Amino acid sequence: MNIELFFQYLVAGVTYGTIYAIVAIGFNIIYNTTGIINFAQGEFVMLGGMTAVTLHAFLPLPIAILSAVMITMVIGALIEITFIRWLISPSVLRMIIITIGISILVREIALHIWGAGVKALPYFSGTAVSAISIGDVHISPQVLWVIGVSAVMVICLNLFFTYTLPGRQMRACSANRDAARLCGINAKNMVTLSFVLSAGIGALAGCVVSPITYVQYDGGTALAIKGFTVAILGGLGNSMAAVAAGLLLGILESFSIWVMPTAYKDVISISILLLILFVRPSGLFGSKEAAQLKEF
Amino acid sequence: MLRIKNLDAGYGKLKVLRRISMHVSAGEIVTIIGANGAGKTTLLGAISGLLRNRTGEILFEKKVIQHLSPEKIVFMGCSLVPEGRQVFSTMSVKENLLLGAYVQHRRDRRHDAHQDLDRMYSLFPRLREREQQLAGTLSGGEQQMLAIARALMAKPKLIMMDEPSMGLAPLIVRDIFAIIRKLREEGNTVLLVEQNAKVALGIADRGYVIETGRIILQGQADDLLSNRDVQRAYLGRDLDAEVKLS
Repeated sequence: MNIELFFQYLVAGVTYGTIYAIVAIGFNIIYNTTGIINFAQGEFVMLGGMTAVTLHAFLPLPIAILSAVMITMVIGALIEITFIRWLISPSVLRMIIITIGISILVREIALHIWGAGVKALPYFSGTAVSAISIGDVHISPQVLWVIGVSAVMVICLNLFFTYTLPGRQMRACSANRDAARLCGINAKNMVTLSFVLSAGIGALAGCVVSPITYVQYDGGTALAIKGFTVAILGGLGNSMAAVAAGLLLGILESFSIWVMPTAYKDVISISILLLILFVRPSGLFGSKEAAQLKEF
Repeated sequence: MLRIKNLDAGYGKLKVLRRISMHVSAGEIVTIIGANGAGKTTLLGAISGLLRNRTGEILFEKKVIQHLSPEKIVFMGCSLVPEGRQVFSTMSVKENLLLGAYVQHRRDRRHDAHQDLDRMYSLFPRLREREQQLAGTLSGGEQQMLAIARALMAKPKLIMMDEPSMGLAPLIVRDIFAIIRKLREEGNTVLLVEQNAKVALGIADRGYVIETGRIILQGQADDLLSNRDVQRAYLGRDLDAEVKLS
């Protein structure tokens, strides 16, 4: 393997890795406030991409993406308000089953609205064949968009959670829900906010990645599995670890093409998921003690 | 300030409290003493709104509060320092305190928060030293101080404390009770739940004795301290043995 090919694989790996990381962060945000895995997370990514494609028919690209993200955030809020909010101390299992149900529902509705066809947004800058060359390594400008937007998103989320009042309130809710309520924080609103946030970042990720990977009504499921693997790999609830784990999985997958047929790419992530669940369920960066205290 | 009439409360089908009636007047320290499992924590849970399963009447400043959520009750000025400290362990001491001031924020008095923060630091100098440290890394006594300070940041009219001495060394218990006494001198009203009956009655004005979900005795703290039943059951004095010795 020559050095150019190596970097080409690396760039591809990092691209997919950042998307996995963003989906995983979506899982983590909801996990932190509710203690459940929202299996409809992948559907937010699909909805974002699909809505943006539809809106782009009559709106300029930036506005179409912005509106798509907004619409998905509203859908996220509606889902939480209709299906989760009114439940009085539901069990974790019940909430997980509900999110699986929501994911199937959203997928079927998407099939009715958009059909089974494959869609994609145009490349944000340049075309499918344009490339930025660094030495003999050629990078599609869209790859830079994906990595750039994801990086900005992670930084913004970090600032949000560290310095803003709603961010701190959400962290308080995940640290100790009852104590947060005793501080006057409305925990239910925080759960809604967490759905809105993860719907938003999922949708934005769906938009930037759609020129490369395309979107389809059932495209969310595959991403959700990858994102879930990454979230577990990093340690549930830890967003920074999710970034590291996402890049790791993306790069592993991309280099696996070198030794195995492309069709086996997904085997890597599923094997890692199984391995980590058997050997180290707290994740690479999670603490074992903390994992024992978790209900899930 | 706080008046409870015929309160029943419990978890699911299990009824823990039966027909509790009591009151707390402004400026008082009132203590509720009782053994493990008597229903002390349940009572505070019912007042603070964390426990939904309750019937009867709870009045705070002449307003009915038993149907309100904990958020609303805190907003009205009735704060609880929960049992076992319950600080936000993954957040810094300062963040914990600022979250305590969240209701002040909603009352549009956010500018007072930094002044209140300084007041807390002078009341608990240890917290100033540990300002940037994660709350989970504090010692038990420091966490208890943080939990009390966090509740005080909301400027409550009534502060309820659930077992502030639990699991702490005697020296630290003394510090914490000194602070409770200081709070009363500043004009706060305190409802104190304790297993450590001797210390609690020592600083309280009045007390209630609760046993298996019922109030069996009430009165001035001094009277309770000298009550033979209370002494036998909660202060560890074996009166029969003393008689034999003399």
